[in-house]
Amino acid sequence: MIVLEQILNGVQFGLTLFLMSAGLTLIFGIMGVINLAHGSLYMIGAYAAALVAAQTGSVGLAFVSGLAAAAVSGAAIEFAVMRRLYARDHLDQVLATFALILIINQGSSMLFGRQPLFVAIPSALSGSVTLLPGLTYPIYRLLVIGLGLAVAAGLFWLIHRTRIGMLVRAGATHRQMVRALGVNVALLYTAIFGLGALLAGLVGVIAGPITAVQVGMGEQVLILAFVVVVIGGLGSVRGAFFGALAAGLVDTLSRAFLPMLFRHVMAGSNADALASGVSSISIYLLMALVLLIRPQGLLAGKP
Amino acid sequence: MTSDSLETDRARSPTRLLAPRSVAAAIAIVVLLLLPIGASVANTPSATGLMTQVAIYAIAAMSLNLILGYGGLVTFGHAAFFGTGGYVVGILYQHFAERSAFLGLVPGTDSLLVVLLAAVLIGAIVAALIGSLSLRTSGVPFIMITLAFSQMLFFLFVSLKTYGGDDGLMMRRRDVLPLVDARDDVVYYYVCLGLAAGWFILTACLTRSPFGAVLSGLRQNERRMIAIGVAPYRYRLVAFIIAGSGAALAGALMANYLRFASPDMMHWTKSGELMMMVILGGAGTLTGPLLGAAAMVTLETMLAAQTENWQFHLGIILLAIVMLTHGGLAALLRHIGGRS
Repeated sequence: MIVLEQILNGVQFGLTLFLMSAGLTLIFGIMGVINLAHGSLYMIGAYAAALVAAQTGSVGLAFVSGLAAAAVSGAAIEFAVMRRLYARDHLDQVLATFALILIINQGSSMLFGRQPLFVAIPSALSGSVTLLPGLTYPIYRLLVIGLGLAVAAGLFWLIHRTRIGMLVRAGATHRQMVRALGVNVALLYTAIFGLGALLAGLVGVIAGPITAVQVGMGEQVLILAFVVVVIGGLGSVRGAFFGALAAGLVDTLSRAFLPMLFRHVMAGSNADALASGVSSISIYLLMALVLLIRPQGLLAGKP
Repeated sequence: MTSDSLETDRARSPTRLLAPRSVAAAIAIVVLLLLPIGASVANTPSATGLMTQVAIYAIAAMSLNLILGYGGLVTFGHAAFFGTGGYVVGILYQHFAERSAFLGLVPGTDSLLVVLLAAVLIGAIVAALIGSLSLRTSGVPFIMITLAFSQMLFFLFVSLKTYGGDDGLMMRRRDVLPLVDARDDVVYYYVCLGLAAGWFILTACLTRSPFGAVLSGLRQNERRMIAIGVAPYRYRLVAFIIAGSGAALAGALMANYLRFASPDMMHWTKSGELMMMVILGGAGTLTGPLLGAAAMVTLETMLAAQTENWQFHLGIILLAIVMLTHGGLAALLRHIGGRS
């Protein structure tokens, strides 16, 4: 039963990672830019939701404002900064978005202080349900899994079944041609950037009650999202999906079970120390393994 | 970026440009050598410390410039090697103080010579491991992977409670050198300055060697280099390893200077700072990283003295620089020099 519970935890973590990396990989696939400030958008979503929830006490309002804050900031960043960097090389993009992280992080600690904010799980969602005899699981986490799957399905529908998705797919492979056919590329870019920001904000909003809302929360998730993107193959949303699930499961399961496993072969304290070391880098080891076998990622080039 | 400015500049009549440039270099060398005396006369002993940091960061920035500027490989994980060097110092000192041995095999030491050599060696090994994996990709995945590996090392050291974990390792005293007293700040300044000069000469020789030419060629046109029979991976890996060992040397010097090694030394923001130094000074130029390191350390010290929220202002300045300039301070100076 504990194995099943940990697998659910892993899936939940993996789905949140997917929502983060989907935005990153979409933005790269369409515009060819690397956006380090993606983690900051996640943080903006979390902060907006936490502050509105604390002010009004309304769950719905907090949810919507978190999403809106992230999407609006994303579109603003695209309009003010990223738009000027599409033609530059990746180095300039990295440095500009690095500067944005410094500004946004320090700015939010100036505005809201260094103390982490804690968000209570909405009371309607705070209980647990019994899934199987002997397996109870928090409703909130189940909801996160459901939401993640729904958003993933929606995203696939958007990309593969709609006109926007068609432009997205076409833009990823033949950018010049799409432009030549008279598509408003600037608008498409802002929309895609906003969509990526919205997804990051969504993760921020739902992560709020699970982790503490604080400055610097974005970068931890950002780097994990990078790993997922590399594992899945850059520009591939489907790859990001499977990469995220794999990373989420590997991380959660190694944290849960490695100490036990190592205790069979060595003394308790050594086993715990080694296990905590190995499990903290397990995702990166997975990435190294994928790089050894398929350097371009598992599903590269299939957006 | 300043991809071709270096070559065109050198082609331009050397006699006219050489004179003011070598005068400027001579003045800079004299000022740097006399700095501790000037600092004690002007009663600002902190200037020596500041310049020690500049010299140390200059080594790190020069090493990064080899792969970033000349090699055109955008790595966002250079702080991993900087921190590795720092931890080599910290760990060896801790074992020296406790009279124990690392993994029960390697005894600790407080000899600066041994420690620096060990740092360079370990830095090279770590760079070989990370480089051999991440150089299998290029472009944006390469940026992400180097960043991810450096964060992996960061989290590894945070979880290593034996070596201080989050808090890092304190050293009670600086490591010692034979003949001179490295614990004296002025002497230590000269040590760092000398090593920075040595690394500068090494970089100059490397970039003018056939190896450097291949490295630059791979940046400018990889396909053409492959067509004439160059295997890119090997050249890039060697450059990556040299850069890693340089950063580790800088990290070891920094840990000795601060008498402190912590996971923060390999935090990704440190990688960003190192990159900024290279860009600020001008990537792919010999003197660029020196100027960039000086500018960055001075800027940070000035901003930190003014306001607690210095990172905010630093971010705005950096953003403005990236958005508005191409080629950094060195290009700006060359521009001015070219006009006069």
